[in-house]
Amino acid sequence: MKHRYLPMTEQDKKAMLEAIGVSSIDELFSDIPEKVRFKGEYNIKAAKSETALMKELFNMASRNADLKSNVSFLGAGVYDHYMPVIVDHVISRSEFYTAYTPYQPEISQGELQAIFEFQTMICELTGMDVANSSMYDGGTALAEAAMLSAGHTKRKTIVVSDAVHPEARDVLRTYAKGQNLTVVEVPVKDGVTDLEKLKGLVNEDVAAVIVQYPNFFGRIEPLKELEEIIHANKSMFVVSSNPLSLGVLTPPGKFGADIVIGDAQPFGIATAFGGPHCGYFAVTTKLMRKVPGRLVGQTTDDQGRRGFVLTLQAREQHIRRDKATSNICSNQALNALAASVAMTALGKKGVREIAAANLQKANYAKNAFKEAGFEIVFDGHSFNEFVVKLPKPVKEINQMLLQKGIIGGYDLGRDYSELTYHMLIAVTEQRSKEEIDTLVKELGDLHA
Amino acid sequence: MHNQDQALIFELSTPGRIGYSLPEMDVPELDLSALLPDGYLRTEEPELPEVSELDIMRHYTALSRRNHGVDSGFYPLGSCTMKYNPKINENVARFNGFAHVHPLQDESSVQGALELLYDLQEHLIEITGMDEVTLQPAAGAHGEWTGLMMIRAYHEANGDMNRTKVIVPDSAHGTNPASASIAGFETITVKSNEHGLVDLEDLRRVVGEDTAALMLTNPNTLGLFEENILELAEIVHGAGGKLYYDGANLNAVLSKARPGDMGFDVVHLNLHKTFTGPHGGGGPGSGPVGVKVDLIPFLPKPIIAKRGEEFVLDYDRPQSIGRVKPFYGNFGINVRAYTYIRSMGPDGLKAVTEYAVLNANYMMRRLAEYYELPFDRHCKHEFVLSGRRQKKLGVRTLDIAKRLLDFGYHPPTIYFPLNVEECIMIEPTETESKETLDSFVDIMIQIAKEVEENPEIVQEAPHTTVVGRMDETKAARKPVLKYQQA
Repeated sequence: MKHRYLPMTEQDKKAMLEAIGVSSIDELFSDIPEKVRFKGEYNIKAAKSETALMKELFNMASRNADLKSNVSFLGAGVYDHYMPVIVDHVISRSEFYTAYTPYQPEISQGELQAIFEFQTMICELTGMDVANSSMYDGGTALAEAAMLSAGHTKRKTIVVSDAVHPEARDVLRTYAKGQNLTVVEVPVKDGVTDLEKLKGLVNEDVAAVIVQYPNFFGRIEPLKELEEIIHANKSMFVVSSNPLSLGVLTPPGKFGADIVIGDAQPFGIATAFGGPHCGYFAVTTKLMRKVPGRLVGQTTDDQGRRGFVLTLQAREQHIRRDKATSNICSNQALNALAASVAMTALGKKGVREIAAANLQKANYAKNAFKEAGFEIVFDGHSFNEFVVKLPKPVKEINQMLLQKGIIGGYDLGRDYSELTYHMLIAVTEQRSKEEIDTLVKELGDLHA
Repeated sequence: MHNQDQALIFELSTPGRIGYSLPEMDVPELDLSALLPDGYLRTEEPELPEVSELDIMRHYTALSRRNHGVDSGFYPLGSCTMKYNPKINENVARFNGFAHVHPLQDESSVQGALELLYDLQEHLIEITGMDEVTLQPAAGAHGEWTGLMMIRAYHEANGDMNRTKVIVPDSAHGTNPASASIAGFETITVKSNEHGLVDLEDLRRVVGEDTAALMLTNPNTLGLFEENILELAEIVHGAGGKLYYDGANLNAVLSKARPGDMGFDVVHLNLHKTFTGPHGGGGPGSGPVGVKVDLIPFLPKPIIAKRGEEFVLDYDRPQSIGRVKPFYGNFGINVRAYTYIRSMGPDGLKAVTEYAVLNANYMMRRLAEYYELPFDRHCKHEFVLSGRRQKKLGVRTLDIAKRLLDFGYHPPTIYFPLNVEECIMIEPTETESKETLDSFVDIMIQIAKEVEENPEIVQEAPHTTVVGRMDETKAARKPVLKYQQA
């Protein structure tokens, strides 16, 4: 068996077996009981050469409608944003992507410093004191925020707004089962969390109230009013936030959020059919020692030189085992690096400019739909998404749009029975006026 | 590596510089304050860096030079399977049709992606000997929790509400008890015997009507195959519990023994270990879970299914534990793992394990004379040594690890598993040449001699890295977790 990834020669093998004192490799497996020993080879596809495999997989990839060859108005938590080309150049450096968790700080200063910078940028955007080194994604970060809140408050109910991403709520419910927490949903009124209903739901068993900002319908939640209701009840105020929107929106930290979580996918991370993306997790100082996952801290070496290490590890599974704050081990380090590079490229000015462009272009599109006679449902202040009512099933319309090279918006009827025929449309800075006008025209033709 | 301090990106910032190029603003612009409610337009700018594109590339290139990856040099980090990360995987994962596809597109427009996932499931079913696989979990620990939630749902569906305990060996990964805890179980530890294997007597003592599952890594974290696996399975199943396989060490048994044939009911795999999804500096990974037929109803939804010639996302699963992650798992990592499996084929995967085990045994035998070998028998893909002999001379395992840095090696895993004093856990993997293994062993022998003749050089190591040993106490006592302008 010769393979480009396997360097041992027959001669090597012979010398090594001799050194070990066995006559065959099989002997090294003699401790596997006969009864469980697998004989022969797996019944799987035969190996392909590099060229043949590249060709096969290229063809497989080409059967997907991608965002480069089509014009996308699909968002719902995953967005087609500007990806500075340098992002891929940085994360393609194999010193980063072929390393493991930086447990040996002397030869991992690059990764550690990059994470320290990521933590700083997340704190800057969210207005929070402490951010960790990343989570799997926004959905699991949200569930971890609920668990942290329950542990911290010793309460067992989590209230979550119906305007939080439906898939994140699904994940929350699964985690809640494990922890015996009750999840209660607070309805939406005019596209945002119903404050009156919320007042009726908060009580002394409510550990946290979770809202999304901007919410799943693109609307700006009234964080100020929410904070008053939630903190008056001594519950934790958890905000799930698209970090890119915070270039232009007042950060949740300013409104007194206790935990801010979300997904950094909008910053330089490919949509990749849903993953890997990059969850982030930010808290106030008082919760610092309860944060899940890895934290990088600054310190000095034995000669007083600045350096970085993984710190406060007494929270983590490899030290605390069943008493750990979370079971997370691997996170999304390489994608946190990608997000760092994108945030660095955008910088102080660019992050505002890109967020403002989303706001402007989405607002233009919303008005264009109105002018074309469409009803905007939940009309009001929004970021880069809004809801349009359509005359036909969304699935049908999207199939029609795809014929014209357009990936249409999200079918809200999938999650909200009252919103069949409603499409959630995302307009990022990537969309041109012409593309927007084309979409409005194509959908307008349906009326005709 | 170079020895200068690398400034933080924030320290390189100069107002007026930019590193971006945004699309044209071709719609009429309105006053931002008119587009947002009062008080919701950000007034304080986030302190992100202001740097040019070259500044950014130089900064991250400098950081990369202060980092050691598998491509930089040997990385025998036990339990982590730091094998070569094939470059074709990276290219394939970047194809537009894989990298730039939205998870919520209509199924008909993502048939290629679904086909890949479906075929990966099929391959993993054969490799593990299980009946069905979900690709949703994002990493190993996430897979553990998913598997345990399914075991919980299974027992509850049987009206078996009192199975509240999960048994783990004292040599288990820390994630095992942590995942059990997140899934709502209490953890019980079962002892290892003098051979480094699960003590059957102790297992018989701890199992009972409250046993939900036993979590086992096989070969275990000492690199030893649990020879009594069938008896173990019988004891756990006899008590009504389920057997959980931590797939962290699957690289040791490809084509040699399948978890499904050993009596395991649930398996998680770490695609970033055995199947070369790169470790990425700590992720992203991918942690698929395989199950036997009686647990299929509880799999997280959706499952990727095939109906005729069409691939679909199946959400109609009433007994499912629910969703464990938005969308369908870490697709990009699954693409890499699939590419790897297809590059290796059945004979290739068999050779992977054979060489991984050959390499580990070879190194173990060469080192046994110089370091204490606590379990003297054939190992699988990794082995543990104890630094007890060196400790008596005043040199700790940590010092030996730091000394290895001076020679350009990433040290082995140290102080794990917990049941071996001054533990050194070495996993060479199959992608390393004999020359590399020999050079590393020679240096380990040299260090053993230094410990006897010149211990200071080891105790004070490393001597050649960009920074020396870090003050971790200071880092934890007064945490500085972000940059703050002076």
